[in-house]
Amino acid sequence: MAKLVGGITTSHIPAVGNAIASGTTQEPYWKRFFDGYEPAKAWLQEANPDVVIVVYNDHGLNFFLDKVPTFALGCADHYENADEGWGLQPVAPFTGDAELSWFLAESLIEQEFDICTCQEMKVDHGFVNPLRALYGTCDPWPVKTIPLTVNTVLHPVPSAARCLKLGRALGKAIADYPEDLRVVIFGTGGMSHQLQGERAGLINVDFDLECIDNIARDPEWMTQFSNAEIMRRAGTEGIETIMWLVMRGALADEAKLIHKHYHAPISNTGAGVLVLENTAA
Amino acid sequence: MVWKSHDYDDIPGTYVFDGGRSHKPYALNKMFYSFNEAQNREEFDRDPAAYCDKYGVKGEFKAAVIAQDYLGMLRLGANIYFMAKMAVPRGVSVQDAGAQFQGITTEEFVARLLAKREEVERRIAQEKDYWNG
Repeated sequence: MAKLVGGITTSHIPAVGNAIASGTTQEPYWKRFFDGYEPAKAWLQEANPDVVIVVYNDHGLNFFLDKVPTFALGCADHYENADEGWGLQPVAPFTGDAELSWFLAESLIEQEFDICTCQEMKVDHGFVNPLRALYGTCDPWPVKTIPLTVNTVLHPVPSAARCLKLGRALGKAIADYPEDLRVVIFGTGGMSHQLQGERAGLINVDFDLECIDNIARDPEWMTQFSNAEIMRRAGTEGIETIMWLVMRGALADEAKLIHKHYHAPISNTGAGVLVLENTAA
Repeated sequence: MVWKSHDYDDIPGTYVFDGGRSHKPYALNKMFYSFNEAQNREEFDRDPAAYCDKYGVKGEFKAAVIAQDYLGMLRLGANIYFMAKMAVPRGVSVQDAGAQFQGITTEEFVARLLAKREEVERRIAQEKDYWNG
């Protein structure tokens, strides 16, 4: 049976990809941010997953506004990164696991999560940057990957509570998969930031730390907030933090805290990392 | 017929991108989306007005594009991620745009952000279970 070994949450800021590509990760602006990934990288190496499911939002690479699925699961054997229009060089293609994807899709729909299935899917920086931050820039990539997108761009977007429930359904689906696979989930995005409007530049350190602490030990805490309340505190783009709950919901309630890291600013954003090890059988 | 109001409408300095906001500027955002392809970016650079016409971007939308008025486009319903596909290749970073939205220089905008770093390092140093280097 497949085993969900644990989960990592991380921001997926575009500038992270540029810093890795330009070899500036040890410069003063970046050093503290990237050094804080080292314990997460060490845990991931030890966890040694066969498959990583990356939960992220597409930012206008695969999905335009003509069709915006609330949740979409990649169901292909490979996924390509591509030009997003603003200069990030595409990385090597990723290998998927179509059998696992379709098993997850069936299970999620049986559990009343009527997700969109995608047999072609371009993956953008939201998917790529967490993998680069945690594995380095690889060709080929050392692990199979499955993209799972959440709409956080065009409102209405799903609630924090819904994302947590999706995670629980995803955890059940993984546990039911008959192949002996080791799986890790990345929940990406956030934390507080607002790119648009006269309020651009907002970073809310207090709320970010509350989110990290509570998502680790009591994720239901986050479901008290409406999306409007989250945006009021964390900025419009800070709503991405709800995707951390997909990872968290998949793990056992008593998942073990391995690592917490927070740094700000990275570009306009409060950047957090959380590593949890699953304790379920 | 009215657009439904929302509990996020009164967040100051904020334009939540929802169905109502995305409806009228659909052609504008569709034009931005075309900039994922280098040949389209080049075609736009050669003649922005003609490229707007090709995508049905008209009137105040077209005027804001030609003027590179990013706050104007945002107020008209441009999505920030799609608008970045126009702005960044033209040398306007998301931080430059943020500064324009606030009516300050990019240097001031970045300095305000960087001022957070000291607070963060001091806070995290007091937190026992966070990574502290």
